[in-house]
Amino acid sequence: MTTAAGKPPPTEYRSGWTRGSIKLARVIGSVLVTMLGLLFITFIIGRVMPIDPVISVVGERATKEVYDAAYQEMGLDKPVLVQFFYYLSDVVRGDFGTSYLNGRPVADEIRRVFPATLELATIGTLIGIIFGVPLGMIAAVKRDSWIDQVARVVALVGYSMPIFWLGLVGLLVFYGILGWVGGPGRVGIFYVDIVPPVTGMILIDSALDGQWEIFWDAVSHIVLPASILGYYSLAYISRMTRSFMLEQLNAEYVTTARVKGLSEWTVIWRHAFGNIKVQLITVIALSYAGLLEGSVLTEIIFSWPGIGSYITTALLSADMNAVLGGTVVVGLVFVCLNVLSDLLYSFFDPRAK
Amino acid sequence: MRRFKFVASKFALTNPQRRKIFGKITTGALATCVAAPLLLALPTQQAIGATPSNMLVVAQRIDDITTLDPAQSFEFSGSDVIRNVYGKLVNSNPADLNAGYEADLAESWEVSEDGKTITFTMRDGVTFHSGNPVTAEDAEFSLRRAITLEKTPSFILTQFGFTKDNIEETIKAEGNKLSITTDQKYATSFVLNCLTAAIGSIVDKKTVMANEVDGDLGNGWLLDNTAGSGAYKVVSWKPVESVTLQANDDFYKGAPAMKRVIIRHVQESATQRLLLEKGDIDVARDLNPEDVAGARENDNIKIHDELRGRLMYVSMNQKHPQLSNPKVREAIKYLIDYQGMQDSFLKGQYTIHQNFLPRTYLGAIDDQPYSLNIEKARALLEEAGVGEFEIEAGVREAQDRIEIAQTLQNAMAQVGITMKITVGTAKQILTRYRARELDFYVGAWGPDYPDPQTNAGTFAYNPDNSDEAKATGLLAYRNAWDPGALGAQTEAAVIEPDVDKRRAMYEAIQREFLKTSPFAIMFQKIEQAGMQKSVSNLVLGGAITAVSYWPVTK
Amino acid sequence: MNNSNASASGASTITGLRAWLNAEVPGSRWQARASAWYHGWLEFKSNRLALLGLLILIALVLIAIFAPLLSPHDPYTQNLSNRLLPMGSEGHLLGTDSLGRDLLSRMIYGARITLYIVALVALIAPVAGLLVGTVAGYLGGWTDTVLMRLTDIFLAFPRLVLALAFVAALGAGIENAVLAIALTAWPPYARIARAETLTIRSSDYISAVKLQGAGAFRIIVKHIWPLCIASLIVRITLDMAGIILAAAGLGFLGLGARPPSPEWGAMIADGRRFILDHWWVATMPGLAIFTVSLAFNLLGDGLRDLLDPKSQGK
Repeated sequence: MTTAAGKPPPTEYRSGWTRGSIKLARVIGSVLVTMLGLLFITFIIGRVMPIDPVISVVGERATKEVYDAAYQEMGLDKPVLVQFFYYLSDVVRGDFGTSYLNGRPVADEIRRVFPATLELATIGTLIGIIFGVPLGMIAAVKRDSWIDQVARVVALVGYSMPIFWLGLVGLLVFYGILGWVGGPGRVGIFYVDIVPPVTGMILIDSALDGQWEIFWDAVSHIVLPASILGYYSLAYISRMTRSFMLEQLNAEYVTTARVKGLSEWTVIWRHAFGNIKVQLITVIALSYAGLLEGSVLTEIIFSWPGIGSYITTALLSADMNAVLGGTVVVGLVFVCLNVLSDLLYSFFDPRAK
Repeated sequence: MRRFKFVASKFALTNPQRRKIFGKITTGALATCVAAPLLLALPTQQAIGATPSNMLVVAQRIDDITTLDPAQSFEFSGSDVIRNVYGKLVNSNPADLNAGYEADLAESWEVSEDGKTITFTMRDGVTFHSGNPVTAEDAEFSLRRAITLEKTPSFILTQFGFTKDNIEETIKAEGNKLSITTDQKYATSFVLNCLTAAIGSIVDKKTVMANEVDGDLGNGWLLDNTAGSGAYKVVSWKPVESVTLQANDDFYKGAPAMKRVIIRHVQESATQRLLLEKGDIDVARDLNPEDVAGARENDNIKIHDELRGRLMYVSMNQKHPQLSNPKVREAIKYLIDYQGMQDSFLKGQYTIHQNFLPRTYLGAIDDQPYSLNIEKARALLEEAGVGEFEIEAGVREAQDRIEIAQTLQNAMAQVGITMKITVGTAKQILTRYRARELDFYVGAWGPDYPDPQTNAGTFAYNPDNSDEAKATGLLAYRNAWDPGALGAQTEAAVIEPDVDKRRAMYEAIQREFLKTSPFAIMFQKIEQAGMQKSVSNLVLGGAITAVSYWPVTK
Repeated sequence: MNNSNASASGASTITGLRAWLNAEVPGSRWQARASAWYHGWLEFKSNRLALLGLLILIALVLIAIFAPLLSPHDPYTQNLSNRLLPMGSEGHLLGTDSLGRDLLSRMIYGARITLYIVALVALIAPVAGLLVGTVAGYLGGWTDTVLMRLTDIFLAFPRLVLALAFVAALGAGIENAVLAIALTAWPPYARIARAETLTIRSSDYISAVKLQGAGAFRIIVKHIWPLCIASLIVRITLDMAGIILAAAGLGFLGLGARPPSPEWGAMIADGRRFILDHWWVATMPGLAIFTVSLAFNLLGDGLRDLLDPKSQGK
């Protein structure tokens, strides 16, 4: 912005074009810098961690010769910055390296585990939106009524529940005792490996393949973890909706509209809700990002082979290629969702222009 | 809140009643939170009652698998898979594990007069999954490959003097015969025992070499592909998720009854039990004592006990000023509540065993001189004159080990030893243990192959105790312990050809070890697998090998 | 005689105090401040849920302080023959854990650890965030760019993964867990503090201070920090629950407090093995965590209604 203002552009046409591209360049630049920093910090953590990554490769009983060979092969004898540089140049070429733990290309592994998390987080967010937005709206409209208090408690309980505990108890009750939902995992075990992976999201893949039995089985497995994640998302979304709505309902134009005799329904939906849509999208994007990266414990409890448990397992074994790859992907998704919601904001909200 | 109090006052109930009540309360408490979104999203439900009759579904922690290449794999779950995929020259028979090795892909063998050369005659008419016949050339290739690749388990073969440079002479195929020549005369049983380990697996040379990349002898390809002649082939392995096996109907011992075996990674014992009780799986491999007790109450489930080779032990670093005192070492052996732990949180899953050779091994003895005796320990410490001191214990974050550590901590506190417990991930603790940084270690050790040397060679053998030696694979080294004469005795026992003499040598080594070593071996593992009543003939592998799926019927 | 006299004078003092607090025109700066607090308190008191939260937290603090008096047993004494006793057993109200230790006593002592963690994180993270945010906001330019990029980087990290990585790097233990959590918690504070600073920076008031010759450091510490604190406090209270849950999550993954310390998350991790038959072992600490984080949330939500002008209905 300062650079654009500093030197007056020669023509009107170019100015618009330049400003647009400069803005784009700034966004891309900041994303790149953030990702670079993310990589660097993760890399350093990986190197200072008192876990010997060589053990992950050779096992605890390796002889000194085997150990030394692996040490060299992994490039651990070089200075940290040199290692980082090598790693970076590979990443730029789209190569995340291979996992120390299972020798597979990290990119393939992420392609396998990420859709599982994506599926879970998406459904969780949908549940959050479907229940959270109306709850927040009602709470705001009927401020301080009993319904507002109930909404408040429902939301705050959601914020306060240890997710691993809720997951355990939920699994026990709804699967173990009541038998309403499928158990841990994405589908019943004997359905494993039957549907050809297209998107990696089993709900979509089974539907594409016309395997409805598997589809419904997958639904019964995803319901519980997604509901639990969705509850968190609901808590956040409903609180934010309430607060945005209150702000609008107290604004002068709403009073004016009311005075003009517009029905309460019109006021709430047309005017107030219309105005908070953009803010809401931002909140939903943030909550979505939160679920994508925050489902580690849920994934562990539900044996859900997603990226959260992937990174955690890798981290605890000092499988740094996998950790770096996973962190980059999750970080990138997070940053992109942020940028996207920023862009949406400035695109839709006249005040932000 | 109030409803919880109500339960608290009524709590003298039997287990099933209690569970019912719990169901009600939790449902009530959670109804507001979870049920609302849940009910709406529930078009169908109800898990299917049982698994298909020709499919075996196993829940097991398989996050330790790093590769399926038999020349490289060295983990428990990896061995479980490899045993079912590859044949070996000699192998253990699941129907009679105590018999040790028997003929497998080799029909018979002869030992030369000098005792150094064993010549195997290959079995006729056996084919690999690819359809290629199994030949002596494949066997030659497999063993040479394992030595050339120099992966971790290669020491099992190289301890006989095979090296990259001499395999052309020492491992040779001629017609349908394969001969291997060791550097000196060893007990034949020792050599053959080692060949029953995963590294002795015979791979399909043609298939493997067709997939070789950059001279890696197919190591990259075998990572997640298989080329064996065994009862099963691997359809897919998804790390920390599942392994799917498909039956080999041409298996030379007959087509397995289970056409498909799915091994699913399930971390939690409680989850495994839920799956088992719901009929979603046939076998649960990692049930803890409480869940075993609970599952026993279920009429459809049986518990199968099998003594395994894994030992639970504690060890004392000899670099520590007080722990290096022999009296202190002895005192600590009296501070372990062997009986109390066996009967409480380890119930049914570990049995007291105080020697480094697991029961059923050649030379194993049952001596149990130690038991909890705080007074004796106190007297020994006074004799040693060490006063109060502090130690740091490293434990990986597994609840049973943390509990063992806390039990010890409790007993030590009574005699003035402060034990600081450092909990970390397996790799984290191992890193420090190998670097000889831990004062005290609580851990487990499993034998690598069914011969006494596997444990004697690590507990009682450490030829160079200096830091520079970096013999980090040896437990004695990790604890900075110089076993003195025991080392030489171990070396002598390896080459003793007479079985009875050999047994006596190991017994003597262990009796001395029991008294003087800085190791307190505490327990031997009993694996308790929960399974549907309909499942029969599943053998987990005893103390000497891994699981066998091919005899299973359902 | 004496008694009634005293109470009468006491009552009159209270009325006097109330009048003083309600004075239309405060006589001193101190009175003005006290009066503002008093009115805030009155409004806060009307929010019953927030009050409930406050009461729970006060109870927690008391329990932590008087833990040795309140707990019926030593929280560390083991008894392997009395393990996993059900709730309501003789002498063990909440039963015993896997090593036969009294659960109620462990929960009571666990309150200390929870408070300790919360207090430390609440000291470290906001201060770090405040420092970064105000410096970035006030100095602007390159400093701003660099600091805010750093903030973005930390924001982009998956939180639990970052905390895990740090604990893995530093080793398990409460202090390291605290550091790790603080490390993941500071960026939002920095953002808030920066936003506040930007609005304050150009105000006449700061210009006046500048004209008096105050340096940047002095302005930031003496004039900007105090103004940022209100919004930070609300945020901290709302974050507390997250901090407790994060600490419990680390404990659950086995990377929190060292055994045998009765940290609630570690107690859940320990008890989850018996969830099917001895459910109370994991459920009780779960309820404790839930109650305390709910209390913080209720309080924080109430404070936000009070202090955040945006959500104030007029």
